[in-house]
Amino acid sequence: MKVNFGAIVEYIPYLLGGILVTLEIAIAAALLGSLLALIFSLLSRKKGILQSAIKVFIDFFRGTPLLFQLAFFHFGIPQITGIIPTPYISALVVFSLNSSAYLAEILRAGIESIDKGQIEAAHALGVKSWDISFSIIIPQALRNVLPAIMNEFITLVKETSVVSMISLTDIMRRQQIVSAATYRFFEPLLVIGIIYLVMNIVLSNIGKILERKLKYD
Amino acid sequence: MIKLENVSKKFHDTVVLKNVNIEFEPEKTYAIIGSSGAGKSTLLRCINLLEKPSTGKVIVDGVDLTKDKAQLNPIREKIGMVFQNFNLFAHMSAKKNVMFALLKVKKMSQEEAEIEAVKQLTNVGLAHRLDNYPHQLSGGEKQRVAIARALAMHPKAILFDEPTSALDPEMTQEVLKVIKALNHTGMTNIIVTHEIKFAQEVADIIIFMNNAEILEVTNTKEFFEKPKTDRAKEFLSNMI
Repeated sequence: MKVNFGAIVEYIPYLLGGILVTLEIAIAAALLGSLLALIFSLLSRKKGILQSAIKVFIDFFRGTPLLFQLAFFHFGIPQITGIIPTPYISALVVFSLNSSAYLAEILRAGIESIDKGQIEAAHALGVKSWDISFSIIIPQALRNVLPAIMNEFITLVKETSVVSMISLTDIMRRQQIVSAATYRFFEPLLVIGIIYLVMNIVLSNIGKILERKLKYD
Repeated sequence: MIKLENVSKKFHDTVVLKNVNIEFEPEKTYAIIGSSGAGKSTLLRCINLLEKPSTGKVIVDGVDLTKDKAQLNPIREKIGMVFQNFNLFAHMSAKKNVMFALLKVKKMSQEEAEIEAVKQLTNVGLAHRLDNYPHQLSGGEKQRVAIARALAMHPKAILFDEPTSALDPEMTQEVLKVIKALNHTGMTNIIVTHEIKFAQEVADIIIFMNNAEILEVTNTKEFFEKPKTDRAKEFLSNMI
């Protein structure tokens, strides 16, 4: 079979439409995941039950495949609870929790990279712990781990492709539909490959701009 | 105003402070000297509870800091501290470093804090360095920013933890000059230092420590002329 893009031209807008679905999940999960990660990394600075619980949570989400997590949440758990979530809710929950686990680890490393002397100096000035966290630790930690965070966001955009399994019509799912309709694989796959690539190049450039903005040395 | 009662500090099984009793009188300058590992820095760090004593009381302005957690920040506000490694906030300019606690602790307005910061930095000879970040400053300049940061809070006492140990001789002199200028300006100055000559020059009282204990608390003149303990005699003879 010859390569013939003419055969799929009419489907290109449909494939491009998947960008919105993919971005919607990726952005929502990135925001929710970051918020959770921030809370986790701050809470786990103090030893205790909370720290252990967060560690178990992180181990679970880093230690099992994303595909499994999505299947478990969308098909496994409803068997027990009887509540069947919409694919969108399942995707959002699983991706948020999954990226929060990775981001919490990244943030923890960032927080540990801050020199303890600065924290002592702030304590010695009578500054409250809250202000130390938000004005001294987090700004420097974020800047130190920004490349790792952007990496995680790029991974997130790519991994959203597994939502096709729970029949969300993201970019990947749309390719399958187009391939089924046209009996062509090479062309639609090439198109969605380019779509993913362009999205992530844009994302990584945003990261570079942010890095430059946050630079102080 | 500052009083340590029976303060001991252990790290695991190592005793770093053994039953320390001392009272610091207002507006005097104290130099804490002694060999490395004698517990000088730990003693200093117990005053503002950066190090929590294992037993004993730390009483500042009548408040026992080891008991009254709510009073800790208000008391710390009144006790400045300058560290060996400067500990400037790396992501803030010199001016912002000084302004930070004025905004967050003293709740000053942006303008008030800026005026105070510029004033303090000018006093330590850094009017031309206001917008520089710590990594752009020399060691001596960093330490002077740190001193300005402490002074901006108008503390009643200021703790210096080996303020010149990380500096070369030239920078040491520029920092010592600034510290010396603070002598008898209304604050209690407590200086942990290895600069024995400097201690002799500025201190009213010498606190000599050895092996986790205070061996002597003596007027400076007397300490250098005829120290009471043999260990102090030995220490001084090794200095020359």
